[in-house]
Amino acid sequence: MPLSELVVPAILCVVGVYGMRRRVDVYGALTKGAEEGLTVLLRVLPSLVGLLTAVYMFRASGAMDFLGRLLAPLLTALGIPPETAPLLLVRPISGSGALAVGSELMETYGADSYVGRVAAVMLGSSETTFYTVAIYYGSAGVTKTRYTIPAALCADLAMFLMSALAVRLFFD
Amino acid sequence: MAMAWVWTGMVALSVAFGAVTGNLGALGGAAIEGARSAVELCISMAGVMCLWTGVMEVMNQSGLSALLAKMFRPLLRRLLPQTARDGDAIATIAANLSANMLGLGNAATPLGIRAARAMARGSGGVASDELCLLVVLNTASIQLLPTTVAGVRAALGCADPFDILPAVWLASAVAVIVGLAAAKLFARVWRG
Repeated sequence: MPLSELVVPAILCVVGVYGMRRRVDVYGALTKGAEEGLTVLLRVLPSLVGLLTAVYMFRASGAMDFLGRLLAPLLTALGIPPETAPLLLVRPISGSGALAVGSELMETYGADSYVGRVAAVMLGSSETTFYTVAIYYGSAGVTKTRYTIPAALCADLAMFLMSALAVRLFFD
Repeated sequence: MAMAWVWTGMVALSVAFGAVTGNLGALGGAAIEGARSAVELCISMAGVMCLWTGVMEVMNQSGLSALLAKMFRPLLRRLLPQTARDGDAIATIAANLSANMLGLGNAATPLGIRAARAMARGSGGVASDELCLLVVLNTASIQLLPTTVAGVRAALGCADPFDILPAVWLASAVAVIVGLAAAKLFARVWRG
């Protein structure tokens, strides 16, 4: 039996036993957290319906492949799979948009394929830059954001490069 | 409004492209298929996602987020020396970052906003270097367990939805380091 098959039961067991030792109502916390997960899903479902409709149309019209081909020379030079081009464009702007584009990529190319894994890592490794900047500065009353967005986009670019590199590193 | 432009742009481009490439007939079917798959995806990822957000909540209540926050505090004091004069602000930022790491967005954002408000006080609407740093840290935050992505991967029939974890950690750690370095560099050369 491979070790990785033991990871999930081990985490569940350790978290439960450790929580009990710390006198946490483990089951109550588990269901409370699960409810929070459900809230996230409920919030994301309406935008996913809208966005996946658009993404599927974009794919069917051939525009998705065209965008990939357009950016292919640049992305290939950077070591990023050109199929992920739409995800790179949406990731900093919209969280649910990125989820829609990313899950479509995983479905089209396979969740365990190179492209599918890179898409998953890109989704999991960053926040929605413009949304985060808007929320923080909006509620703090800051209008001059100076170099925040350029610096945050540098981080996003590094994350894209590293996602592709890390998947090649860990799965080849 | 940004998303209105993105959505309408994508649909209009699809129609224009479909007309040119002769794929116009496939668009109606694709639209319906997309809407259906959104609901399907949500239902089939719900179980895995809720299980792991539950586990993260147990970890949170067991004191993991407090432990993480404690580990961050010395580092944050060095990164944000001005803010560190107010011990309460550093504690809030540490709690904000550790809640982000556990994927508890609902807990993280109010904390971050509270810190940002305190840091922006009396600045006349101009972001200070340290506030820029805080926001950049939050845009590139590291998540220990990306539950949503794992949910999608499980829904699509992945044998091991979490096998991407080391890659996620590496990519987000590099993003945080590059973001910090870029902010520090821009702080020196930025005019205005």
